[in-house]
Amino acid sequence: MSQHHDHDHSPPLDTARAALSNVEGRQAAPTGGRPEYWRSLEELADTEEFQVWLHREFPEQASEFTDPVGRRQFLRLMGASLALAGVTACTRQPAETIVPFARTPEQLVPGKSLMFATAITLGGIATGVLVESHEGRPTKIEGNPEHPASLGATDLFTQAAILSLYDPDRSQTLSSRGDIRTWSAFLGSLRGALESVRGAGGAGLRILTETCTSPTLGRQLQAFLAEFPAARWHQYEPAGRDEVRAGGRLAFGSAVETRYVVDKARVIVSLDADLLGSMPGSVRYTRDFSRVRRVRGGQADMSRLYVVESAPTNTGAKADHRLALTPSAIAACARTLAAIVGVPGVARVALSAESEAFVDAVARDLAANKGASLVVAGDEQPAAVHALAHAINLALGNAGQTIVYSDSIEINPIDQQASLRELVADIEAGTVSALLIVGGNPVYNAPADLRFGEALQRVGFSAHLSLYEDESSAACLWHIPEAHTLEAWSDARAWDGTTTIMQPLISPLYGGKSAHDLLAGLSASPGRSGYDQVRDTWKAYATQAGIADFEAFWRQSVHDGQVAGTALPPKPVTLGDVGKAIGALASPGAGLELVFRTDPTVYDGRFANSGWLQELPKPFSKITWDNTIQLSPATAASLGIANEDVVDVTSGTRTVRGPAWVMPGQADGVVTVYLGYGRTHAGRVGNRIGYNAYQLRRSGGAWTAAGAALARTGARFKIASTQLHHDMAGRALIRSASLEEYRKHPDFVKAEEPEPPRTLTLYADHEYKGYAWGMAIDINACTGCNACVVACQSENNVPVVGKEQVAKGREMHWLRVDTYYKGHPEANPEAYHQLVMCQHCENAPCEVVCPVGATVHSDEGLNDMVYNRCVGTRYCSNNCPYKVRRFNFLLYQDWDTPTFKMQRNPDVSVRSRGVMEKCTYCVQRISRAKIDSEKEDRKVRDGEIVTACEQVCPAQAIVFGNINDPESRVSKLRAESLSYSLLGELNTRPRTVYLAALKNTNGELRQEDAGSKK
Amino acid sequence: MSQIFHPSANSIARIILTITAVLVATSGYLVYELGRSPYVTRAYQTRQQPIQFSHERHVGGNGLDCRYCHTSVESSAVAGIPPTKVCMNCHSQILVTASYLEPVRASFRTDQSLQWVKVHDLPDFVYFNHSIHVNKGVGCTTCHGRVDQMQLMWTVNTLQMEWCLDCHRNPEKYVRPRAAVFRMDYQPPADQLALGRRLVAEYQILKLTSCSTCHR
Repeated sequence: MSQHHDHDHSPPLDTARAALSNVEGRQAAPTGGRPEYWRSLEELADTEEFQVWLHREFPEQASEFTDPVGRRQFLRLMGASLALAGVTACTRQPAETIVPFARTPEQLVPGKSLMFATAITLGGIATGVLVESHEGRPTKIEGNPEHPASLGATDLFTQAAILSLYDPDRSQTLSSRGDIRTWSAFLGSLRGALESVRGAGGAGLRILTETCTSPTLGRQLQAFLAEFPAARWHQYEPAGRDEVRAGGRLAFGSAVETRYVVDKARVIVSLDADLLGSMPGSVRYTRDFSRVRRVRGGQADMSRLYVVESAPTNTGAKADHRLALTPSAIAACARTLAAIVGVPGVARVALSAESEAFVDAVARDLAANKGASLVVAGDEQPAAVHALAHAINLALGNAGQTIVYSDSIEINPIDQQASLRELVADIEAGTVSALLIVGGNPVYNAPADLRFGEALQRVGFSAHLSLYEDESSAACLWHIPEAHTLEAWSDARAWDGTTTIMQPLISPLYGGKSAHDLLAGLSASPGRSGYDQVRDTWKAYATQAGIADFEAFWRQSVHDGQVAGTALPPKPVTLGDVGKAIGALASPGAGLELVFRTDPTVYDGRFANSGWLQELPKPFSKITWDNTIQLSPATAASLGIANEDVVDVTSGTRTVRGPAWVMPGQADGVVTVYLGYGRTHAGRVGNRIGYNAYQLRRSGGAWTAAGAALARTGARFKIASTQLHHDMAGRALIRSASLEEYRKHPDFVKAEEPEPPRTLTLYADHEYKGYAWGMAIDINACTGCNACVVACQSENNVPVVGKEQVAKGREMHWLRVDTYYKGHPEANPEAYHQLVMCQHCENAPCEVVCPVGATVHSDEGLNDMVYNRCVGTRYCSNNCPYKVRRFNFLLYQDWDTPTFKMQRNPDVSVRSRGVMEKCTYCVQRISRAKIDSEKEDRKVRDGEIVTACEQVCPAQAIVFGNINDPESRVSKLRAESLSYSLLGELNTRPRTVYLAALKNTNGELRQEDAGSKK
Repeated sequence: MSQIFHPSANSIARIILTITAVLVATSGYLVYELGRSPYVTRAYQTRQQPIQFSHERHVGGNGLDCRYCHTSVESSAVAGIPPTKVCMNCHSQILVTASYLEPVRASFRTDQSLQWVKVHDLPDFVYFNHSIHVNKGVGCTTCHGRVDQMQLMWTVNTLQMEWCLDCHRNPEKYVRPRAAVFRMDYQPPADQLALGRRLVAEYQILKLTSCSTCHR
């Protein structure tokens, strides 16, 4: 692209700066109609372009028929559909068949779903789940309320696991160099490779796995290594926890597992730790964190969270005080903090004035809360920061209080980068004759400098077990399709060691094999099933634990989704000389600091082929279907880079090219790149989108690299971000205060926009004799984790539309997470998340404009959407002030792929083209609960109906219930002083209310001081 | 100047207008009736099934209760078509060599399902639940007719929305005591409305006519 683009898209920052010059802190009155809260730099700058975009309901559809050809096509289609409409009234239904079982399986009642306990793993670490099965088809994953890592909630990846089960792009055949082969042919070849080195004790045999916490897989691997003592077992996880393990070794001399008791901590300091987002145990931490931050009935007491981070995370958005710093400055802060709290051998280092004030205040707060404070280092932080965090926690007496140390949950906690490096070195030395890659995709995600893909070509016998025929499969001699987690027996440990015996929900759809099957192929009994393998492990466990009745123990453990008493016990630790162990602080040198992060929705790339996760708007940026190169506004301005500019990032000798994104809240001088994109063998959904950040990664420098350079290419790249869709500019949509202000003015939310009297409507009031459903959403608890969006998609058969359609504002998600900023875009603005779905208004503006009565009020106050009546006028959506209605512009649902038919929730209609849809408050769940209660001649109990979003929420931010019952949880929340209606001034009287956000600010660190930085 | 139209033109115009009006009304009526006719709804029509199973023999003749085969009618949305195993409970002893039962035996032998043609077929966007109707005193015969007198199954109602709504608006016209729900020979008493009103109160039957009751 040519140079003339240079200035016509310059960052809207200058205008934004001017816009904000009058808005400093929340008490200042918004002047000149400028919003106090803002959603994007574009909005803040308020360009003409933005105004045009904003005022068009669906920004692109209006111009569809301006060209005459399009209009003619429209008329032809309309004619055809009118004719069809006339005819369909008299068509006879096609004959359908009923296919009963020949023999009904135990427990199965047709038409009723069953829940089975199992676990879903990410990075080897398990989350206990219950999986809903309809006549043998798993359709929905929910958290297991009895599992300590879940307590009923899950994260977004766990929700999306159901889609990967049914992914038609999953590998379906065992193959060798493209030829379809049989399992027995593979076993024969494997045995051949094995026997040829038996004499040498298995020298040259290598197994590469991902992080392994499975007791059964561990047992199998150890048995294999006992039989072939010269063979080696390597592990590599691209988003591995090497630094965590190394930090433990620095501090205590051994790798330890660190568990946080978040609800006991009064003061939490996060050193770039996404405590509430992507760490092992985050779901549980979010639950505990939100519990001690809940302000109810005037009980104004909250814990306090300080976050120092380099790129905005959901944890940072929940922080009471946040500082955006480069990785090297975070390390410096950790040292200074350690020095102040008295860790021996650590000295203060020079910090910026702002950081210095911050660290001093934090240190005082920590010292005032000894034994009830917590310092958490992020998984991506260098080992030294982990060691310092351990030392600080011990110095503050937090061990045993807010922090629990135990043995590692991993079978073999090794330095994985070193392990992979060693494997590659051995291959290059020619000492590896056979390599089994059990899961993972190292050809794609190994650090680029190892050139793993090239090395792999030198191995005589290589086999790869994986869900997809991916980059690594293509480079191996053999590819074996892997059984999905929901298709095979296994076991795995949660973040606290609690072990789940994972049971299959369905037999393998594509004849996949599990890791246990593959490992059995190496043993003396290659035909032993995964079920038997897992039972063998637990038989040995039962014998050791003195359990007499194994069958009862087995049934109970499988049923409960956890083996009782397997959480790892606390372990005493002794701190070494941390000051000596960590050495001196390295200087970052010149240039930008490059930070690698797993993608918020596709993680390390393993979810690249999941349409749900690709289309899920990423936190803050709300970008879908792409990864970006992320910069702070000031850094971007100094380099002349704007959103969607294609830039080259150079680190060392490698360069990748991708679109830039200017992110408020990002630390200056930091370039964040997200892993997981740029796949070539992911599948039809995930191929060739985004750039591959692994190309910049070096072994040993997994998470940061100093001295990066950015260069504009002059080209532009269109990003589909939903942040500007459905904007509700300029109104008090999000409300927040500090805890102090709340104590002084408990009714501050009500003061912002007074609601008009109920009588101010021309329509008759509705009367509700029975139930009146309502919902309360606690913005103070919501972390913006997105799990609810995926849960809703899974429960309600919401389609995926693709990047092009998202760019036109046609995404179909029934609920969205809006992000609002407050404060100066260049000075660490506060961020708030607000969940918006259909508000089920009493005076619903949509209902009165529908010409065909397709959206009507139910006698329980639901705003019903009747798909079979809808003719697609979209008047309802025009008239909806919340912009929560979604229209099927095209046939978005995949009606043909057989596996997707199996995936859908049979209790919810699958919508076709031309139909409006929106949140129903999970009416299918309401119906189920009502029918169950009616059959027992009782009322629906409070909490009996749990909507999909409420069910999945780790923060318990969503409460659903009957507002006609003054004792219900939702009624009590509505009565809270913090509750307010969204756009209540319009007199829509929504059934959903919001509870305002509160910040427990430290008087020493007023946000205004930080905000005045230029 | 002579008239353009002959005086009879008036009559012709009237006749044409009348005929047009009659035609429009008749075709409207025909479309209305056609939509409800057994031709469209397939009421009173039997279907070719893999086995010519007779409800008359099993229910009317042998006196089997509905729930012997339709086991989940009281607990689930669907009444349930019996698995082959249920057929074989008896037919491993009775008529063990009958040639017309070979598909049943084959199904049991091979574990392959019998494929029955659906007779009572609601549109896919309707979510009907058997259990709640049965529990609230809606008898089997109210919707399904005298199944004990049908050799092959047919429907006796249109299964159209207006038919559902007739009962949802006026349940007292159709409810019966819970004890009589599964009785084939139940005859509503002369004072059905009085009984109906009493039962509606006693069973707390709601007049559910919101769209989301059935559509979601």
